[in-house]
Amino acid sequence: MSDVTSRPLGRADTAGSRATTRSTTRRGYSRDTVETRLFRVLRWVVIATLLLVTLFPFYYMILLSVRSLDEVLRDPGTLIISPGELDLSTYAEVLRPGSEGGQGFLRFMANSAMVALGTVALTLLIALPGAYAVSRLRFFGHRQVSALFLSVYLFPSILLAVPLFVFFSRVGLRGELVGLLLVYVSQIVAVAIYMLRNYFDTIPVSLEEAAAIDGCGRLGIMWRISLPLAMPAIMANALFIFMIAWNEFLFALLFLIEDRDRWTVSLGLSQLSGSIEVPTTVLMAGSVIITLPIIIVFLATERLLVAGLTAGAEKG
Amino acid sequence: MTAGAPERTDRRGRGRSGAGRAHGSLRRAEARAGLALITPTLIIVLVVVVVPILWTILLAFQDVRLLNLRRAGIFDPLTLDNVRAVLQSDDFVPSLLTTLAYSVFGTGLAILFGLVAALALRGAFRGRTFVRAAVLLPYVAPVVAVTFAWRTMLNPQFGVVNELGVEFFGWDAPVAFLSERSASVSILGLDISLPVALMTVIAFEAWRSFPFAFLFLTARLQAAPATLEEAARVDGATPTQRFRYIILPQLMPTIAVLAVLRFIWTFNSFDDIYLLTGGGAGTEVISVRVFNFLTARGDIGLASAQALVLAVILALLVGLYLRRFATREETSA
Repeated sequence: MSDVTSRPLGRADTAGSRATTRSTTRRGYSRDTVETRLFRVLRWVVIATLLLVTLFPFYYMILLSVRSLDEVLRDPGTLIISPGELDLSTYAEVLRPGSEGGQGFLRFMANSAMVALGTVALTLLIALPGAYAVSRLRFFGHRQVSALFLSVYLFPSILLAVPLFVFFSRVGLRGELVGLLLVYVSQIVAVAIYMLRNYFDTIPVSLEEAAAIDGCGRLGIMWRISLPLAMPAIMANALFIFMIAWNEFLFALLFLIEDRDRWTVSLGLSQLSGSIEVPTTVLMAGSVIITLPIIIVFLATERLLVAGLTAGAEKG
Repeated sequence: MTAGAPERTDRRGRGRSGAGRAHGSLRRAEARAGLALITPTLIIVLVVVVVPILWTILLAFQDVRLLNLRRAGIFDPLTLDNVRAVLQSDDFVPSLLTTLAYSVFGTGLAILFGLVAALALRGAFRGRTFVRAAVLLPYVAPVVAVTFAWRTMLNPQFGVVNELGVEFFGWDAPVAFLSERSASVSILGLDISLPVALMTVIAFEAWRSFPFAFLFLTARLQAAPATLEEAARVDGATPTQRFRYIILPQLMPTIAVLAVLRFIWTFNSFDDIYLLTGGGAGTEVISVRVFNFLTARGDIGLASAQALVLAVILALLVGLYLRRFATREETSA
């Protein structure tokens, strides 16, 4: 190693911190110093890069949504906007219904909100008893059942797309929001059960046993004891499900494309961005509008979500 | 704790056989309740997931098109035409290779970036909570919105990336990141042909999914005992050595699981590529082909066969990986 050149450095350091009684050779110590200093700098470089790379596309989204199209075309490289240039008419246009010359995003948002909230309600209704059963009750196959559900989750969704397309076409559910809702519930329920079960496992059984001894029935225990205790996990789950349903694209594209009144936000944005007539700045306003609810939900619940998602991961 | 005591004396008082019977019926009641509670989940997964998967297998061997869908039935004659058409198609092998390159590099880069991010954000500092939340944004934001932002950023006419590239980095001309199949670049006198569009979608995939790897690796890092590293530090291990011999071995199981999960999801992914390039310019992965067979051609049989081939190839690859991984675990143990 280059210990000749770095020796003065190492000696200065040992002199400066006599308290550290490390039984290392001087050579190892100097390499240690060099590396430590290098990584101290590199770390900040990485953090700055991370922030730039993750936030820039969102910043650009907002930036374009408040600039006029002419300005963007004339000067595409501008990254800072003066307050005088601010143009919020794009937001009005993207929200206004199609009959009034807008893009009808309000309608799309209503559709998405209906599907997403319906998915949340139905998934929780199904997954809560399921997760409770898997966590608390011993029944035939209770160990295998969640692994089975999760394995289903690994199948390509495009594999399901074809037969569901055929099936919904034949029973007349294609083009209906209800059909989409059913598909979403089936896609999410496995993960929801997995996350909720992990939480139920952390609640001491003794609380439930105490309630049972006080004469509470099985349903009473679930309703009065387990459910209130699991509330944080239920909230995190509800928001996680909401995010997935709000963001989903493939099935919305397959099932709802023919009827513009039923489009969800994802489908609406993707369809309009394919056409030339709608200005990019207006669609950027649309992107901001459909991203905002997700970011708000995410920031409000980040800690809960992260804990719920990664439960079990620390066991390796 | 205290509640258990009277029950025990009671059971002992009643004698062994009585207690056993009561216990057995309790067990049965418990099993019945468990099955009743899990039944709604079972039904919806069966009806909307399992049956459709089985049906895909059937459809793959039938001649069904959107046009004759009304007349088509479950008992239509079986045929191998669809599978043959899929496997013999000229585009099949290139498309498979594209899918593989996309999944391998997408997964690898996502895990690598996730690892770097997790290590950089490991020590506490002011504003770490904010940075963590920011890092997770690409993963939670709607895919349609972020692909649209990327498409605009990379646009050759008015995208900011090309504008800055031409102005500050001395690019000769704007690069059509998402519509150029390949471009030759000369590095040190060597002309190398780069698949521009494919590299761009891989970069996007890494950008969008590295937060997932970051999340899991961070969780694992938090559980790693500090004493091990402290001991290594006392013994004179440098930061790189501590990473190589202390941290990385602890992270390996998590990385292995991440690799499988991310590979499966990337292999199956449809949204990102469909929204970025529509499958053009050498980025047609298999799931986009399935979609095109279904909607553009209206050939349900062909689409099913292609989807089935995708699933089988994926199952083989994952099976091989898991087997290798399992044997390696055994030998190292």
